[in-house]
Amino acid sequence: MKVLVAVKRVVDYNVKVRAKSDGSDVELNNVKMAINPFCEIAVEEAVRLKEAGTASEVVVASIGDKSCQEQIRTALALGADRGVHVEAEGRPEPLEIAKLLKGVIAAESPDLIILGKQSIDGDNNQTGQMLGALTGMGQGTFASEVNVGDGTVQVIREVDGGLQTVELTLPAIVTTDLRLNEPRYASLPNIMKAKKKPLETFSPSDLGVDVQSHVTLVSVKPPAERSAGIKVESVEQLVDKLKNEAKVI
Amino acid sequence: MKTLIVAEHDNESLKPATLNAVAAAQQLGGDVDILVVGSGCQGVADAAASIAGVAGVLSADNVVYEHQLAENVSLAIADLAVGYDFVMAAATANGKNFMPRVAALLDVAQISDITGIIDAETFERPIYAGNVMATVKSSDAKKVITVRTTAFDAVAAEGGTAVVQQVDGAHDAGVSRFVGEEVAVSDRPELTAASVVISGGRGMQNGDNFSMLEGIADKLNAAIGASRAAVDAGFVPNDYQVGQTGKIVAPDLYIAVGISGAIQHLAGMKDSKVIVAINKDEDAPIFQVADYGLVADLFSALPELEAAL
Repeated sequence: MKVLVAVKRVVDYNVKVRAKSDGSDVELNNVKMAINPFCEIAVEEAVRLKEAGTASEVVVASIGDKSCQEQIRTALALGADRGVHVEAEGRPEPLEIAKLLKGVIAAESPDLIILGKQSIDGDNNQTGQMLGALTGMGQGTFASEVNVGDGTVQVIREVDGGLQTVELTLPAIVTTDLRLNEPRYASLPNIMKAKKKPLETFSPSDLGVDVQSHVTLVSVKPPAERSAGIKVESVEQLVDKLKNEAKVI
Repeated sequence: MKTLIVAEHDNESLKPATLNAVAAAQQLGGDVDILVVGSGCQGVADAAASIAGVAGVLSADNVVYEHQLAENVSLAIADLAVGYDFVMAAATANGKNFMPRVAALLDVAQISDITGIIDAETFERPIYAGNVMATVKSSDAKKVITVRTTAFDAVAAEGGTAVVQQVDGAHDAGVSRFVGEEVAVSDRPELTAASVVISGGRGMQNGDNFSMLEGIADKLNAAIGASRAAVDAGFVPNDYQVGQTGKIVAPDLYIAVGISGAIQHLAGMKDSKVIVAINKDEDAPIFQVADYGLVADLFSALPELEAAL
């Protein structure tokens, strides 16, 4: 079984992103970039499927400018076998990323496609589902457990109020939630080995996609500030304030 | 201008999140119709018809839609979207699951999780875990939108007299099957609908200690939540998670216990009316948004609080 994992290059989880003072965009100069955390979980799941003998090959794809090859190399260091880079300038939107990934799927014919449920920059939570619609595949979104069967995959999904289990016909799409697994760290020997793993580059036109824009960023601003209140000295005072001042209990 | 709202429901009852989505649609203006996709969901359709200000209700009631599998319901919604300028749903786990599929079927973008409407093309939404608010403009003729429910005050559930129209036909994509579900059975209110929420963070130290929140939750009729750190550490299941990648809540009273206040958590609760923080670290960022802060060891403060209520 071949597994395709999509990864996105985003601002590192620990960086506090700010709006530029002119409100035109967010400040991304000299900030640390990394694999989107949910995508890292996707890579880990695919690598575990390979280690368990379920998957025979793990291909990792990323869409963006040249710099996202760094994130592909990171995924290769974590255990993926081969990289596919689709070179696209600017910030391709989820629908366009889904169209490009559909092109990668047509070329690679994977049995299972794993993506992060959302990226921590745009917070859109769309690409996996859109890819499902474009390919007609079933989707197991917000996965906390993935069990591959014979021609099918069962996915336990995190939904409002609990868990839902669905069975999908392969090929199928899975998007990862936090509890699916805990990603490993890449070891130094594996980082060295990853440099020699194959990485192919395609352009959108190689995949037959004309990248469009549907949404433009008008402006950005910091969120509304909430001012700090007061410190209370004791539980007794807290309860008194909640009862008599805020009147919420 | 016409908007189609996809109702949030479980075949038995219409969920309040629908009322927030209707509020957003009414801000846009024009006719608002509601689509109920489910199975044996006549009661839900009737409830939708009585929402104040709703023009019409479409009911796609068929066994293939019983579990609202995204592959099937997205086909139904995309089909019925003809003739509408906006297709909207609440940004719940359900809405997030099927709406992007609808958008892709219609070959348009989705605007996720909007918190404000500037005009019929321009919307406000949080990005970067709520660190930044973005204003975005859509150039698509048909707009697919999910709505952050806490950003729009619910419309009245009663007062409307819309007619329910049955939609024939059934879309079965045939690629997915519902196997089962494990819904947490609780006498407590739902996290996103509760008027009081008490959440625990990494400071709770382990899952067992969350029982210390239960007594207080019982007394306040509160829902129990958690920070991502507590979910990451395996203390509690993911459906407890309040934050940008979890649930967004805005109760009258939010009590954060042992939560440092990472931006990703704040994004999920900062619209609460009154915020209480209990944390032993007086420099914890949570105190910067708390109306009432108590610097104390939670293991002594919680039993005291329970006794005082």
